[in-house]
Amino acid sequence: VRSWDPRIEEMPVPELKKMQYRLLKTLVYRLYSFSPFYHDRMMAHKVHPDDIRELSDVRKLPFMFKKDLRDNYPDKFFTASREELVRYHVSSGTTGKPTVVGYTENDIALWTNSLARGLTSCGLGRGDTIQVSYGYGLFTGGLGLHYGAERIGATVLPTSVGNTERQIELMQDLGSTAIACTPSYLLHMGEVADKMGVSIAKDTKLRTAILGAEPWTEKMRERMESWLGIKAYDIYGTSELSGPMFTECTEQNGFHIWSDIALTEIIDPNTGEPVAPGERGELTVTILQKEALPMIRYRIGDITTMDEEPCACGRTHPRVHRIQGRVDDMLIIRGINVFPSQVEHALMGVPEVGQHFQIVVDRKGALDDMMVRVELNPASFSDKITDIMQIRSKVEHRLMNYLNVKANVELVEPGSLPRFEGKSKKVVDRRSL
Amino acid sequence: MDVKKYIVKQISVFSENRPGRLAAIAHALGEENVNILAFSIAEADGFGVVRALVDHPETAKKKLTALGFNVAFTDVIAVRMKDKPGGLYEIAKLLGDANINIEYSYAYSGREGAVLILRVDHVEEAIEKIGAYGAELIESKVFH
Repeated sequence: VRSWDPRIEEMPVPELKKMQYRLLKTLVYRLYSFSPFYHDRMMAHKVHPDDIRELSDVRKLPFMFKKDLRDNYPDKFFTASREELVRYHVSSGTTGKPTVVGYTENDIALWTNSLARGLTSCGLGRGDTIQVSYGYGLFTGGLGLHYGAERIGATVLPTSVGNTERQIELMQDLGSTAIACTPSYLLHMGEVADKMGVSIAKDTKLRTAILGAEPWTEKMRERMESWLGIKAYDIYGTSELSGPMFTECTEQNGFHIWSDIALTEIIDPNTGEPVAPGERGELTVTILQKEALPMIRYRIGDITTMDEEPCACGRTHPRVHRIQGRVDDMLIIRGINVFPSQVEHALMGVPEVGQHFQIVVDRKGALDDMMVRVELNPASFSDKITDIMQIRSKVEHRLMNYLNVKANVELVEPGSLPRFEGKSKKVVDRRSL
Repeated sequence: MDVKKYIVKQISVFSENRPGRLAAIAHALGEENVNILAFSIAEADGFGVVRALVDHPETAKKKLTALGFNVAFTDVIAVRMKDKPGGLYEIAKLLGDANINIEYSYAYSGREGAVLILRVDHVEEAIEKIGAYGAELIESKVFH
């Protein structure tokens, strides 16, 4: 199967835009009439549903922020009655109060269909065994992928996260052809498999990985693909959008955002104005068809770029490129913006050091001091201090080239940096203490 | 002259420069009943390299690697020194004249006098020169 829903996925762009306009108009009328929050917010912005006369009029509408969800904890935002809800998910809330997302039956179907399209576009379908190694539970990853994988007729192996050795045994015994998990968990799995004497490339049938829920890089993809003998695809979503929602197609060049589900804008986080086509900015999404928790111009806080040219795969929906950072993860070191993803990218080009790292920011006197801790690769260890010093200065030079700000490098023993089986926390900022 | 028998296997261990790392290494070796015959620590900013001659290098490497340490084997040579002034000069000059570079060196004082451990860039050539000069090289089987 090439496309799950070719009529929608390959719809000519003008028709798609017409559909989006219709859906937007309906959504705005509905929220203005039935949601006290949106009604008040639109009144405050002096905008009425009648002002939406073409698709670009979406820019007249006010933004919505994570804070709005927190302020309305747990369910004051919901536009479906309690009786209509069939499920809740709750986000981890690492940076504040958790966010509660409610789903109607149609919302679950919309989410599942979005993933069915995505997984099909990665070449998966009937006959595949998909190991879902995302956490099951309040986190959206496990159940989301589970439903999507079942919808396309694949066999699901719901391993959830953790108990890695057993997961590798099951992967071999049941012949998993695909896995869905975080990139850091797949790296961890590769390391554990190596220790067990199992080569994922040679001793398993794994060929596809659907990786997301934390930022990763192109270099990381190259490394995992050659090391593990797989094709690795990016998947994107947040609990506010439903969960993991959009994946890359086999072109591996950004994830398709289904236009009938979401209207995507890339804006300058400081001014709120749209950036020029192809420029970097903050992803802003209007969710067009959700019943329980619709969103207008929701600012997710992820920094990325968008490509609206039709894709070589035949799909006409815009592609958003991999997330390059978070508006709120951005570190400002001596006035320079630094994203952890840039550090990751720089380190990937240095084979003498490992894949894991930790950024420690401190203040020495009046100056910010940035240190990157990275593991020395066993194969590159020499008994000579000068050789090790050379590796360190090589990494320091490379970081300077990528970040435009000096970072000190500390080489640490292999395996000593923390491995996270969920979302990686790679920054320790001591300046605020 | 069979130079191979004079090549001694040193273990080198990468260690972060923080309290307790040497204790961790020493404890691990003690547990495996590995005896340390000679050792030195080279330190740099933030890390160090522990170099040691032990009686069972393979056992030591296996144990330390399992604990997550970076461990490498390095070929060194051991020379018994005459316990009199000028002894070190003779060996150093001999190698210098032969254009053999000493990367690092350390010494220990055993029951039968002082022993100089040398890490050089051309091991076999160094053994030949020192042997031809008449200085006493210690065979690796004495250690392992």
